[in-house]
Amino acid sequence: MNDGTSATVTEIDMRNTSLRDLNRQLHEATSGHFVVTNPRGAHAVAAGIDSDIVVELRGSVGYYAAGMLQRGTVIVDGNAGTGVAENMMSGVARVTGSATMSAGATGCGGLLVIEGGAGARCGISMKGLDIVVGGDIGHMGAFMAQAGNLVVLGDADHHLGDSIYEADLFVRGDVASLGADCEEKEMSAEDVDLLTQLLERAQMTADPGDFRHFGSARQLYNFHPDDINSEVAEARS
Amino acid sequence: MTGENWHQRESYTFDRNVIAEIHRAANTGIYRIRGFGAKRRLPTFDDLVFLGASMSRYPLEGYREDCGTDVIIGEGRAERPVHLDIPITIAGMSFGSLSAQAKEALGRGANAAGTSTTTGDGGMTPEERGHSKTLVYQYLPSRYGMNPDDIRKADAIEVVVGQGAKPGGGGMLLGQKITERVAEMRTLPEGIDQRSACRHPDWTGPDDLEIKILELREIVGWQVPVYVKIGAARPFYDTALAVKAGADAVVVDGMQGGTAATQDVFIEHVGIPTIAAVPEAVRAMKELGAHRDVKLIVAGGIRTGADVAKALALGADAVSLGTAALIAIGDNSPSLEDQYQALGTTAGCWEDYQDGTDPAGITTQDPELSARLDPVVAGRRLANYLQVLTLEVQTLARANGKSHVHNLEPDDLAALTVEAAAMAKVPLAGTSWIPGMG
Repeated sequence: MNDGTSATVTEIDMRNTSLRDLNRQLHEATSGHFVVTNPRGAHAVAAGIDSDIVVELRGSVGYYAAGMLQRGTVIVDGNAGTGVAENMMSGVARVTGSATMSAGATGCGGLLVIEGGAGARCGISMKGLDIVVGGDIGHMGAFMAQAGNLVVLGDADHHLGDSIYEADLFVRGDVASLGADCEEKEMSAEDVDLLTQLLERAQMTADPGDFRHFGSARQLYNFHPDDINSEVAEARS
Repeated sequence: MTGENWHQRESYTFDRNVIAEIHRAANTGIYRIRGFGAKRRLPTFDDLVFLGASMSRYPLEGYREDCGTDVIIGEGRAERPVHLDIPITIAGMSFGSLSAQAKEALGRGANAAGTSTTTGDGGMTPEERGHSKTLVYQYLPSRYGMNPDDIRKADAIEVVVGQGAKPGGGGMLLGQKITERVAEMRTLPEGIDQRSACRHPDWTGPDDLEIKILELREIVGWQVPVYVKIGAARPFYDTALAVKAGADAVVVDGMQGGTAATQDVFIEHVGIPTIAAVPEAVRAMKELGAHRDVKLIVAGGIRTGADVAKALALGADAVSLGTAALIAIGDNSPSLEDQYQALGTTAGCWEDYQDGTDPAGITTQDPELSARLDPVVAGRRLANYLQVLTLEVQTLARANGKSHVHNLEPDDLAALTVEAAAMAKVPLAGTSWIPGMG
């Protein structure tokens, strides 16, 4: 076990370490750098980390890698399955390859960087997380996204930002279609500053001027009954 | 109406209630949203009776002989299984839909009775955690307020797939109840009509759910049990899939289950009655060899000790109360009749939980209304009610010769109607006939 007193690198080989033992070791650590080899698509790897450690997962992982990341840094040196960094609270999660569905789902804070592309529902119901995707994203990106920022250097597939609340979306490439209640917004100077910072934090190179900005049209925030009785009463008054 | 007024008789198809709803719809252009649960006549546990002891069954002495009521959930999997003194739990109801005082009262009542209470769609409040000795943390599609700190504070996690009042529907909280605190907990703008997701954002089927449960167990270090809650839609298959996914308990919520706010058409027309759901869930568990190992918690219209006992006799390990618990702490009390009248209704019929105008201070975020509910007194009322239910269950169990309420069995029951016999899969009273089973 890493005692947290030095910057030693601890290597854990998942060929001879169970998921439970791996995660227990990561949960007990208070600092340090861990290199996990041979994850071989395992699920829930490095889920629930709550300390300022660095975890490198050398190889592709299955569902929910870095799930509910509360502090620290998790790097997936490969591809990630469904729900990478779901509900992350802070810290940094980075995927050097691509991520499949629901990347960063419901994330509340921190930064998720996906150097490749992301599948459907990237940033679904995000609540404050920042996501930067180097490639394209699939359909229903930022579905019901509540807060935070999603930056896409490539294209966005259909129904981007469907039922979006107060999140901001920045897309450099083509947007196949916008979802319900999502509209293109002005790119203000503040938005350019924000985007510049996000790209820097993600260590991505792109011109903020090439991006378009999308957000909520706020037309679905309240039910709008067509109350004839009130209208008639008003008209008669 | 007969005789000379026959030409003015009321239509059975278009009765006055139907006509009123058509006029309301035509006037407003929006469907009716309300709280409470299904209000129409449905087959219920009232359609079953216990047979009691006789020559072939020996009763236990009503007040002297032991009749156990405890339930343990998650034994063998979780480091800290849930131990309940009684087989009656308090169902998930959110802070947001309920006032902080109401949540506190539920916690106090559950503590006193030795049972659990449950969070809802809105996260865990410190007050709720503080006032609930055993707190089940709901893991819902919206994930409002979800965070690893709270999930680690929970005594159990309940993955909510569906709810009896609206299987296939998401949550709804209208703007008048989205106060600053509620909005902050849900990361939403204040005052909007909030519609929670109906699907989980990061899993889409039973195989995914198995992995999701694995992740949750890893995050909490396999400390606490994981429940899966389903609305009673296809209880045989849904229960089987929940068990297969690794649940420690399956909560099956029948269509009489309550809600804070949902479309009336959903409440009244989706899902199946609780009495029909229980035997199917039990059948699924038995086919998988999981009955009594994986616990079955039944919800949806449970009101009396008789309801509890009948659910247990059909194979449940525990029941869960929502609406009945709210009534116990003061909902729809005749003492508030004047105020219900002022709202255009009457005590016993109040259902507008979505409005935030609850004179009892329960389903509201209005500070003035909420302050009317004394959580200590209301908690005591709930504890008393839970005690009565428990005594009633024990009375019925002893009368059927059982030294533990879990020893109640379908053989102890008979049905009063053909429908109940078919749904509950117990014989029609006075016969050995179970419709559909030969």
